[in-house]
Amino acid sequence: MDQPIPVSVRPLVYRHRLVTRLWHWVNAVTVFVMLMSGLMIFNAHPRLYWGQYGANFDRPWLMIGANGDRGFLSIGDLTVTTTGVLGHWTDSMGNIQRRAFPGWATIPSTYSLSAARRWHLAFAWVLAIGVVGYWLASLINRHIRKDLLPRRGELSPTHIWHDIREHARLRFPTGEAALRYNILQKLAYLGVLFGLLPLIVLTGLTMSPAMDAAWPWLLDLFGGRASARSIHFIAAMLIVVFIVVHLLMVVLAGPYNEIRSMITGRYRLPKERDA
Amino acid sequence: MISRRKLIGGIGAATGGLLVTGCDKLNQSPGFRETLRLGETLSYRAHRLISDRAALAREYRPEQRSPIFRANGTRTPAGDVYAAHAASNFTDWRLTIDGLVARPQSLSLAQIRSMPRRSQITRHDCVEGWSAIGKWTGVPLKLLLDQAGVRDRARFAVFRCADDYGPMHYYESIDLVDAFHPQTILAWALNDALLPIPNGAPLRLRVERMLGYKHAKYVERIELVDSLDRIGFGKGGYWEDTNDYEWYAGI
Repeated sequence: MDQPIPVSVRPLVYRHRLVTRLWHWVNAVTVFVMLMSGLMIFNAHPRLYWGQYGANFDRPWLMIGANGDRGFLSIGDLTVTTTGVLGHWTDSMGNIQRRAFPGWATIPSTYSLSAARRWHLAFAWVLAIGVVGYWLASLINRHIRKDLLPRRGELSPTHIWHDIREHARLRFPTGEAALRYNILQKLAYLGVLFGLLPLIVLTGLTMSPAMDAAWPWLLDLFGGRASARSIHFIAAMLIVVFIVVHLLMVVLAGPYNEIRSMITGRYRLPKERDA
Repeated sequence: MISRRKLIGGIGAATGGLLVTGCDKLNQSPGFRETLRLGETLSYRAHRLISDRAALAREYRPEQRSPIFRANGTRTPAGDVYAAHAASNFTDWRLTIDGLVARPQSLSLAQIRSMPRRSQITRHDCVEGWSAIGKWTGVPLKLLLDQAGVRDRARFAVFRCADDYGPMHYYESIDLVDAFHPQTILAWALNDALLPIPNGAPLRLRVERMLGYKHAKYVERIELVDSLDRIGFGKGGYWEDTNDYEWYAGI
């Protein structure tokens, strides 16, 4: 039987550039601030519509509310009871609240649209400048081309299916292969970097009446302000899904090694699996 | 391995808890609030930089209007004075224009309605997140301001309103770029009918590149000033002064 190679012998390799690590941690803070202040802003009018307009007399496609002592979430014709979490919950002082998202999920924790807007519209600058800056840096240092763009054959259904199966069995790449992103990682990172993030910035801008006057194409691109607000919310929820999966993968792949590599840039190669 | 996962989970929960309480603490710190305010300054500057002064808000077709136009804020101003005006169809209502102007004005509704009018079907965006589309008709603010002769020193137009918000009446202010914008009107009609009371009868401001709370209702006085310091508590509007909403409400 083979003895596993001791940790000290497996090499510590440079894996993440400084600009990647910097952007990662700035975003780790910014995205949470944007999400939580955004949920508070949503609480001011917990209904989403499609089209150019939408207010209380119009039909929302999504709504969070309270019916007596029952909290609910409605999406189209589907209504689920969410008492305790959405629409009807108890705050840290023991008081019943009928806002959509609970205090533990919002910035600030007690209702204030104006304060949430201050946070959201200040950190929006950090997010947007960060995204554009990271695009430029990653084009120049060839991170996109070398590490993120799928290679020949990686997009084939067989390869993707193989990767999905490996993920489902929690068999992660080892040795040198662990240094490269696999195809699911590449698609997830590309989807966030060039899909969700620009989408959320542009739909955010579409909600600004001054931006709609400056750049009228925003309204045409998203089919109206109410639609842009809906897409903004959906994109935010997809970013939540990304973060949950991302954190799960970090924990499964070995959090100490993964987090170290995102702080110092250095990563210990995982040991080869016994064949 | 289990203990490490537990450790990470514990760290995660603690970070979440710290994040919320930490953010609440930061939210109460004046220095941090001042830092967040940079966002408003940046947005204001950026919008003025990339946008033509006269860039128009989207105007919609009649059939794109909201079936019901939602009213918000004051539905009926309190007090006998306003009630008497409403009972007499605002025949004695006067609009005063004063402050840094060469020729202070006091205009009746009849005079205002006989001036050149502009109609526009625009979208009203509330800071809360809802929007409604309606057709507004009124006199371009530019015509009123030209008639009064705005002095060079003036930098803001302040709107004084008839609705009482406890310690003070509602007030709002805009810069002169927005005041002279072609779509900025004092509206006296909504959807081809005289302006209803919940929507600000007899006169309300439409400043189409701004959120709803800038669109002052029940306007009785327009004051031209060189600074907002002496208006209310100095931030230029009722919601700005009492609840820290942004003075620049283009976003």
